[in-house]
Amino acid sequence: MEKKDYKEIVNRHKPTESRVANAITSFLVGGLMGVISVFLTELYSYLFEIPTKDATTFMIVTLIFVACLFTALGFFDKWVNFAKCGLIIPITGFAHSIMSAGLEFKKEGLIYGVGSNMFKLAGSVIVLGIASAAFFGAIRFLIFGGV
Amino acid sequence: MTYLNSFLFVGLICLIGQIILDNTKLTAGHITSIFVVIGALLDTFNIYDMIINFVGPGAMVPITSFGHSLIHGAIAKANEMGVIGILMGMFDLTAAGIVSAVFFSFILLLIFNPKD
Repeated sequence: MEKKDYKEIVNRHKPTESRVANAITSFLVGGLMGVISVFLTELYSYLFEIPTKDATTFMIVTLIFVACLFTALGFFDKWVNFAKCGLIIPITGFAHSIMSAGLEFKKEGLIYGVGSNMFKLAGSVIVLGIASAAFFGAIRFLIFGGV
Repeated sequence: MTYLNSFLFVGLICLIGQIILDNTKLTAGHITSIFVVIGALLDTFNIYDMIINFVGPGAMVPITSFGHSLIHGAIAKANEMGVIGILMGMFDLTAAGIVSAVFFSFILLLIFNPKD
């Protein structure tokens, strides 16, 4: 087979992905996550009669639990493939990366599989977050005097 | 109004992430890490607090708020204890997120097996 023919066939079978469609999808899904978060926060704030700031923590824990559960049940991967950054950038992406790394390495056992690989994907976020927060925190505290 | 602000803010952050993901060679891991650093940087100058005041709970959802919460806990503790507080208070606000993610994942991993 000619190289040119081969390329043509490959191109024909490559999934067509429009960048515009991707951008719109992630904007809408991300926005929906924002709306859900406000709804949950107001719900918890009303149900438990706590200030909004405390209800936010409840909301984040809920989103993390739902993301972990749906990943374990197997259909969150498809959602992430569809919505991409719409679900990766919100806190659900953090939970999803921990859960899917854990599921992937479960067959290697609970200690060397799950225990050592759980943060394989999410570890970069935590390490860079702590390093940058310590650096910027020191700057803010020493130069701007805290607050 | 809070609903609309949250919709636009979270949507916008996701849109920026998606544009970077589609048009550069960076992967999702790069983007989330960069966004956390940006969140920490914005909070150094109190900008992220203004965003949270304006947008509401929605601003806590994107991963940028993780960087904000790390630095916020650190500064709050540093105001009490001095410089060592930066090391002690780092996880004060993010602990709930990290602990719940690890705990729920571990419990669910004991119950569920990977599909295919």
